[in-house]
Amino acid sequence: MRLVILEDYDQASEWAAKYICNRIIQFKPSQGRYFTLGLPTGSTPLGCYKKLIEYHKNGDLSFKYVKTFNMDEYVGLPRNHPESYHSYMWNNFFKHIDIDPNNAHILDGNAPDLQAECDAFEKKIEEAGGIDLFVGGIGPDGHIAFNEPGSSLSSRTRLKTLAMDTILANAKYFDGDLSKVPTMALTVGVGTVMDAREVMILITGAHKAFALYKAIEEGVNHMWTVSAFQQHPRTIFVCDEDATLELRVKTVKYFKETKSFSSILKWTSTLRIVNTDHYCY
Amino acid sequence: MPSNKSVSDAPIVQFTNCRILRDHQLQREDLWVREGKILNPEKLFFDEKGSADVQLDCKDSIIAPGFIDVQINGGFGVDFSLATDDFKSGIDLVSQKILSHGVTSFCPTLVTSPSSVYHQVLPQISVRNGGTHGAGILGVHLEGPFISKEKKGAHPEHCLRTFEAGAFQDLLATYGSLDCVQIVTLAPEMRRSSEVIRELTKRGICVSLGHSVANLSQAEEAVQHGATFITHLFNAMLPFHHRDPGIVGLLTSDRIPAGRRVFYGMISDGIHTNPAALRIAHRAHPKGLVLVTDAIAGMGLAPGRHTLGQQVVEIDGLNTYIAGTKTLSGSVATMDTCVRHFQEAIGCSVETALEAASLHPAQLLGIEHKKGTLNYDSDADFLMLNDSLYVQATYIAGEEVWRQDVSGM
Repeated sequence: MRLVILEDYDQASEWAAKYICNRIIQFKPSQGRYFTLGLPTGSTPLGCYKKLIEYHKNGDLSFKYVKTFNMDEYVGLPRNHPESYHSYMWNNFFKHIDIDPNNAHILDGNAPDLQAECDAFEKKIEEAGGIDLFVGGIGPDGHIAFNEPGSSLSSRTRLKTLAMDTILANAKYFDGDLSKVPTMALTVGVGTVMDAREVMILITGAHKAFALYKAIEEGVNHMWTVSAFQQHPRTIFVCDEDATLELRVKTVKYFKETKSFSSILKWTSTLRIVNTDHYCY
Repeated sequence: MPSNKSVSDAPIVQFTNCRILRDHQLQREDLWVREGKILNPEKLFFDEKGSADVQLDCKDSIIAPGFIDVQINGGFGVDFSLATDDFKSGIDLVSQKILSHGVTSFCPTLVTSPSSVYHQVLPQISVRNGGTHGAGILGVHLEGPFISKEKKGAHPEHCLRTFEAGAFQDLLATYGSLDCVQIVTLAPEMRRSSEVIRELTKRGICVSLGHSVANLSQAEEAVQHGATFITHLFNAMLPFHHRDPGIVGLLTSDRIPAGRRVFYGMISDGIHTNPAALRIAHRAHPKGLVLVTDAIAGMGLAPGRHTLGQQVVEIDGLNTYIAGTKTLSGSVATMDTCVRHFQEAIGCSVETALEAASLHPAQLLGIEHKKGTLNYDSDADFLMLNDSLYVQATYIAGEEVWRQDVSGM
């Protein structure tokens, strides 16, 4: 894996956004040759989305030939509810960019047959040629998407019941009222994300530090589903200093030194194409 | 980007780089319009997989709902209370000219007139949508003749009437027809006014109290029977008295039926009401304030003499008096001037000032589901304004119907 440690949330968001931006530009997407992006929700990626929107508004980045697949969506929440992931994606991303609505895929938590909806989603990913870059986050309980502790590490898109940790973490979006928080969701499986050609996990904040420790310094364990990515050939963990608080000093030092080689390329305000082929995972 | 229009073929316009008045706040959002209505872009995106056909850069303008003037007696030489041969072209002229003041809908107002005038004029006015031809007509406002002699203001005394044995029938006979009538101003202390108010309310007509010497209980009774508006608060009514606040007391009355709100018109031209009085009213009942122009034929014309129904009126600057007297008679302030002056005098937010001229009149007339807001599915009648609240462009049903000349004319 690569572990990229930035000083704070803003810098981590910017690094991640530049990485995604460069990936898309390098790919040179065009009619019939789309760049497929997996996308997360939640508070962690907000800064990254803002930066991507900025690059788009500056004219540096177009999403015209980008297809997106979101990781998850609540079950039973009306699509136009302000806390649905459809609303999140519209308000925080889609409405500011030039993506074709036909290419923005989000699971429908109100579909009459939920499993069929999940199967269809897997099919759509397959038809799109698989995911080029799947961006995700990590829950305080170490989950990726809604693959709660105990989820199979080879799982596919399916219906999941949310763990208490997740419900508690989400309560802040529902006026602190636990009874209002949805208890079920449709989510891509660990296996689904593992199939992506490249994975980038964003982790910021001290409250995620323990989960990061469990995910990368302990073994692969279905109780901390992000740990599955230790076995992915090309995964980057992007985090801020606070998220590394539970890691060994040795781990942090190693990755900070490794990163300094790439800092030769100097992140400036103009975008550069990053050739990361030499990179060791 | 081509849009996949499974619902409609009509072009979708996206107004970008603007601040829109929505949910009582100016928000940095785009405004989407299709087929003359405000469109929900999120629904368009997810349900129809649609996108905009045209994107217009509004250069950081404020976008507000079009103004609604519920008391306007004429303008540009046209007097709605005069039964002329070219009445229709007169009303068309006014409706066209007020677009530049930001008015997208209005209620042509007739002051106290002889019955013959109503019989001749009313059939020539019809409720109609606005467009490039001019602002929409919501219905007529009949101010009088069932008003008080003591508070007639600029209304001609010889045309004043009372309710006799027939009460509502008297009213009907006087006006001839109530077909396109939206508001009736009357004095509630008149005998039999309660049943008249009930009859009018039953027909969906808004009853307004004005030109009256009613005390507070008479006014409250009128409200209980259905009255919902006060015509130009403070003017042509008893002044506020601490033991009997009169009609003004409705602003803080506790005898308003539950779920109902009393609205009150204010002419904020800087003349009809002292700014301190304006502030008192606003602080007492901010949600009821409706800006009106009470504009007369001289509005938009040079100072001098003009008519107001049966009277001759003299205009000097923004002051308009019955010729030879100091009795105020209507105003010549335009709606956008009133909005600016109101905002300045009250010191309120831009949102509050704009809503007093759009949302509140729409709520008064019970049409806020389609006018007076920029909510999804409401009529796309809106204005582009600069930060000083000068109208730059007026749109009705999503179509540009007026634009400020670059030369500033």
